[in-house]
Amino acid sequence: MAKPIVRLAGIHKSFAGVRALQDVSVTLEEGTVHCLVGENGCGKSTLIKIIAGVYPRDSGTVEIGGTLYERLHPIDSIREGIQVIYQDFSLFPNLTVSENIALNEQLAAGRKFVNWAHVRRVAQDAISQLEVHLPLDARVDEMSVANKQLIAIAKALRQNARLIIMDEPTSALTEREIRTLFTVIGKLQRRGIAFLFVSHKLNEVLEISQSILVMRNGQVVSAGQVSEYDTARLIYEMTGQRIAENAYEFTPDPGQPALLRVRGLAVPGVLQDVSFALQAHEIVGVTGLLGSGRTELALALFGMLPMTAGDIEIDGKPAQIRSVQDAIAHGIGYVPEDRLTEGLFLEQSIGRNVVVRTIETLRGRLGLTDPLQVQRQIRDWVTSLRIKTADPDLPVKTLSGGNQQRVVVAKWLASRPHLMILNGPTVGVDIGSKNELHELIKRLARAGMGLLVISDDIPELLQTCNRILLMRNGTIVEEILPRQTNENALAAKLIED
Amino acid sequence: MGQSTKRPVWSLAGDSQPLRLLAITLLIFVGFSLVLGDKFFSIRNLQSMAVQFPEFGILAFAIMITMLTGGIDLSIVGTANLSAIAAALLLTRLSGEGGAGVALELSIPLAMVAALAVASACGLLNGLLVARAGITPILATLGTSSLYTGLSYVITGGPAITTTQLAFIGNGAVAGVPIPVIVFVVLAVVFAVLLNRTAFGFNVYMLGTNLRAALFSGIDDVKVLMRAYWLAGVIAGIAGIIFLARVNSAKPEYGSSFILLTVLIAILGGIRYTGGFGTVAGLVLSVLTIQFLSTGLNMLMLELSGSSAAIFFRQFAWGGLLLAVMVVNDYVERRRQRAI
Repeated sequence: MAKPIVRLAGIHKSFAGVRALQDVSVTLEEGTVHCLVGENGCGKSTLIKIIAGVYPRDSGTVEIGGTLYERLHPIDSIREGIQVIYQDFSLFPNLTVSENIALNEQLAAGRKFVNWAHVRRVAQDAISQLEVHLPLDARVDEMSVANKQLIAIAKALRQNARLIIMDEPTSALTEREIRTLFTVIGKLQRRGIAFLFVSHKLNEVLEISQSILVMRNGQVVSAGQVSEYDTARLIYEMTGQRIAENAYEFTPDPGQPALLRVRGLAVPGVLQDVSFALQAHEIVGVTGLLGSGRTELALALFGMLPMTAGDIEIDGKPAQIRSVQDAIAHGIGYVPEDRLTEGLFLEQSIGRNVVVRTIETLRGRLGLTDPLQVQRQIRDWVTSLRIKTADPDLPVKTLSGGNQQRVVVAKWLASRPHLMILNGPTVGVDIGSKNELHELIKRLARAGMGLLVISDDIPELLQTCNRILLMRNGTIVEEILPRQTNENALAAKLIED
Repeated sequence: MGQSTKRPVWSLAGDSQPLRLLAITLLIFVGFSLVLGDKFFSIRNLQSMAVQFPEFGILAFAIMITMLTGGIDLSIVGTANLSAIAAALLLTRLSGEGGAGVALELSIPLAMVAALAVASACGLLNGLLVARAGITPILATLGTSSLYTGLSYVITGGPAITTTQLAFIGNGAVAGVPIPVIVFVVLAVVFAVLLNRTAFGFNVYMLGTNLRAALFSGIDDVKVLMRAYWLAGVIAGIAGIIFLARVNSAKPEYGSSFILLTVLIAILGGIRYTGGFGTVAGLVLSVLTIQFLSTGLNMLMLELSGSSAAIFFRQFAWGGLLLAVMVVNDYVERRRQRAI
């Protein structure tokens, strides 16, 4: 049995009377990758913050590195070698890689002058421990998400990390980058470093971890060795119910002109000669690595990236898309990749986010906005998309990821588009909501909408799309039918050059 | 949900700023009334305050609309003075002594149109710089502020242009209410409707909250920003006419302290300087609070020191208050964030 680093017993935690954690007992051992899974709001982040010393517990015991802590402060937790890598990585974008890795300790040592040679040496040392290559003098904001993550890990190592907690570490990574990350984790693990992984991607959870913790409603409902679990059991433990998804069936109607036809579309440097068609009732997946042009294709169709060549036809008629307003006028809606910065007005109310597309039309006397119509539309969408909130006047940031995504979808549905482009529709969304979003996508397609689903979530593509377009180097290289492939074959195609 | 349907959709959830401000406004008013007695709490003083606040109160709306978009317009005083100079020039040339002898019934409307046209042009130039050229609002309008003020100097050659022909507006009253106050109230109502009951107002709030999300939601940012800065210019033009009507002269450097003052009013009134949040009610209460403070502190200083150094103290007080309000707002906001 490996030595425990963190041992929590009987932890209770409430916020303003709402129970966040109830009798949680967890042991995290060195050299082990632990995965923490559970739906949004199940208490995962509260648990992490208790381990990190950010939140005090209400009751229960916390033992770290053999010491019992009456009151655990963040600094105690850091001294004990616990490093939390949040999704934003907490790096300084305007500093270089080596500065990010090594400056912390120079500051902590109270030095007035920076020893640059030392900074470089320290950073190089940390990076070589990961056995990856990173340019030391490049600015961090020029690095990819995957590299930023490696920098954050290197930084954690410099602070003598014994337990690295990572929140959704793979959600913004491509298949290949995930492989690199997993290799790095494997190496560090063999040196005795423990990991606590929080992830929604269950197949990755099963692949990387040795020990699994499942949380539901503030309790650990299941824990054990990874060998005891498969995807179905994980979903069952997380949701308390069995969920099965059926693939989407589509029968083409030859009499209909294509809803969208793209011929030879090009955007210098990112897209070249992209041609495809999309019928009404169709759900077409678009996949590819980051940089394959999948997001750029969406942006070009949505009028955000000016195209230099190519024809677009909508409902059989030529269409010019030069601006977002043009795209909207042609009935195109776009659920962007980054929900938090592109999809939502986080600080504004749920209601305002829902009606932002339609506010012009909700007018009454004197041409002024009619609050009653606005209220009605908000109520209708909150109800029909089952957005879980006590009050639509609350800021949209109070919602969970899945509910936030429903707000973005509601915003577009309210303006009745014929064609919806969804970019990473279920990134950072819990299993239950993910399933409901997939059902919603299928329902919309059955009702006559055409949908373009951009995703690198392979099970998602196979379950929701009737066709999948594979992109590489800015163009579509292959069309794949879900029933003629499987997860492994598609994953292999995704990363092959 | 039952309760929420009664509340208008516009009420910003958890935004208790106007209520808090109402309490502060009343507290300050009652406080000065108690300390200074009928010196402060008298019809005469109320009337004297009522003719003072509309000048900067109207300008505050110009700051507000630009601040809601996440920007700012520092050129409003420059715009106001340039507009006032345009109006004054026209009035003196058309109907002044040795002028063209045009009837006032014609020359006054013409002068007002001229002032608003100049103000529109100023606002549109700001809009172009911010929305089209993409220059940071604070820098763009700092530049145009100097441009407009410089233009005023070029036109006047320095000295003020005097004309008493608008004094009937500056000193006049309808049913005992000074005309500048009526202008202020009308503007407040127009603004409340504009912000709360039009798509433009809605889009201003959304764009100010998150420009990127606004673009991805199909909001035409250039159009919204152009309109906002144009509107700020027009309001500054109205303020310019009020300047001219109150002091019977137009000069390039009038009201130079109003920039800091209107920024203070906006921040105190709960207009978030990063954009997206703020109400007309908050702004109006803030204007009143500042007027009470200004008059009350003046009287207090005069009483205590017997000198007129009070005027210098006021500058100090505004700066201090602005910083204090920002620190407190920031603290409150951070606590609110943590509560969520």
